[in-house]
Amino acid sequence: MSVMKKLLTSAVVAATMFGGAASAEEMRIALVVKALGIGFFEAAAKGAEEAAAELGGVEIIYTGPTDTTAEGQIEVINALIAQKVDAIAISANDQDALVPALKKAMDRGITVISWDSGVAPAGRQMHLNPSSNPLIGNMIIKLAADHLPDGGDVAVLSASATATNQNIWIDEMNMVTGNYPGINVVATVYGDDLADKSYREAQGLMASYPDLKAIIAPTTVGIVAAAQAVTDAGKIGEINVTGLALPSEMAGHIDSGASKSFAIWNPIDLGYAATMIAYNLATDKAVAEAGKSIPMGRMGDVMLDDERAGAMSDPFVYDASNVHDFKDIF
Amino acid sequence: MNLQDGVKARFIPDRLNSRLSGHLKSWETLLLAVAVVVFVINSLSSPYFLDAWNLSDASFNFTEKGLIALAMALVIISGEIDLSVAAIIALASTAMGYALQFGVGTAELVAIGLIVGVLCGTFNGVLVTVMGLPSIVATIGTMSLFRGLSFVVLGDKAFNGYPTSFAFFGQGYVYWVITFELVLFAGMAVLFGILLNKTNFGRAIYAIGNNPTAALFSGIRVARVKMILFMLTGLMSGLAAVCLTSRLGSTRPSIATGWELEIVTMVVLGGVSILGGSGTIVGVVIAALIVGMVTFGFGLLNVPGIVMSIFIGLLLISVIALPIVYRRVRKG
Repeated sequence: MSVMKKLLTSAVVAATMFGGAASAEEMRIALVVKALGIGFFEAAAKGAEEAAAELGGVEIIYTGPTDTTAEGQIEVINALIAQKVDAIAISANDQDALVPALKKAMDRGITVISWDSGVAPAGRQMHLNPSSNPLIGNMIIKLAADHLPDGGDVAVLSASATATNQNIWIDEMNMVTGNYPGINVVATVYGDDLADKSYREAQGLMASYPDLKAIIAPTTVGIVAAAQAVTDAGKIGEINVTGLALPSEMAGHIDSGASKSFAIWNPIDLGYAATMIAYNLATDKAVAEAGKSIPMGRMGDVMLDDERAGAMSDPFVYDASNVHDFKDIF
Repeated sequence: MNLQDGVKARFIPDRLNSRLSGHLKSWETLLLAVAVVVFVINSLSSPYFLDAWNLSDASFNFTEKGLIALAMALVIISGEIDLSVAAIIALASTAMGYALQFGVGTAELVAIGLIVGVLCGTFNGVLVTVMGLPSIVATIGTMSLFRGLSFVVLGDKAFNGYPTSFAFFGQGYVYWVITFELVLFAGMAVLFGILLNKTNFGRAIYAIGNNPTAALFSGIRVARVKMILFMLTGLMSGLAAVCLTSRLGSTRPSIATGWELEIVTMVVLGGVSILGGSGTIVGVVIAALIVGMVTFGFGLLNVPGIVMSIFIGLLLISVIALPIVYRRVRKG
């Protein structure tokens, strides 16, 4: 009996504590993530807090299920509807399964947007993509060109030949290569997102193209393997490895100089922008309609397409100056 | 535990034993008290708790799991366990989604969900009663098997586009804020209560859980009863799959991940002995309410899910430890 009593007493204490923490802010914006305890989303929450501080009178409710399930997120959404929050900004575990719950939220006057991982159009007012295919395609060639003022040969190390995302990005890249005079894309090879195969393909590129100045790998597996291959071949300084990668995996190669810079979304900016959009929609300062744009504070404006989705910005560039700040985050 | 304890434990049978009957009664009273306390704490700590629509939304936290917990209670009382229930949901839901591609209607979808559930349960039953495998091992195996099949069919895709009339099972209201799922759960709870307490079949479940050999020698067809229990659990999992699929409006192979443990938690919290032989449906129903209210209450306060898990874990451990400590203390 006493165990139970103690348990209940502590529950009461906990309840009072948590109850007391909720203050009477003017507006409550819930940032719902795929699961708690993931560095990427913790960073997004930091960005949301930054936006809240900038706006003033906004309370951020950072929440999500323990594991990445749609059912867990629905429980969270129901609790948020019950609390009558002003806005929900969600990174969805399932683009379809959340639609009924989010529709209910919208029916009860709650602003609903998705970010990072989207919800089907029926279940949200707008969706914020971290970036867009044209922006990514442009960024990966720009990363290589920025360190080649005199031009030179570059090669692409992709995932598999059938990888949809990579193929779209490479197509977009080829469309804008003309804007970077002197840069020649000499080959595209496929490492199938396997570390060993990517490593061998990178070795092959170095052997086939002695004048190679940069390897662009728009895949997190490929870029690490290519950086390792360049390091092992003793070609640091001759060949720059760049592309899309995670700071945690690339910090070492930035330090060694095998990679001068790379890009990926910035979760802090993403959380910040999602909060700004949610605020502007909830306060009727903007509307989520196709063709309209919504302000995102320091991130500029987002333009919505026919499905009311928009891209936040260029992928964020990481180099020696900032990679160590982010490597512990994701 | 010394020998005497062991012997005592063996004699914990069912409610015919008067001392145990008193104990069980006090157990459910205790549970009810916990439920009331949780209710009061929730009402005091959040202004949003006492709201008919909010409570109605919150009932989804336990209705589907509760449906399976009713059948799981019988399985555990009989001395077995079924850990494949969540995987059955996944497979039944996948089968419904697959059938949907051929344009079948709502009635057929429900039938398919239930039939796949029963088939999965039958498969478990055969493994346990015919092949003689321990149920914990057999159902851990089928847990991977059933969910694996869903992954084979679906991969990273999803089935959606269920008909509008199908949405009633998981999103419909019978009257005002009373959801279809809540009514279904209440109705099933009554049926399972009657089955367990008022029928020969129910008495046989207790007998088997206490002593399968003695039960066999008293003319109870042990294998058949167990077979029926696994089929029943499969059926209830299929029913839960219908409700959950309807509520989500889509099927993914990861649907209902981890539910088996939450369901076993409800059953054990409800006072069903994990060793088999004792427990009541009333206890399981109250436990389902408690789990649902605790989840919702914590959700309203935006307490991270992991804290909820810790709380439920502590509740479970104390619930299992309490009777043992109590017995030790009484013995001096």
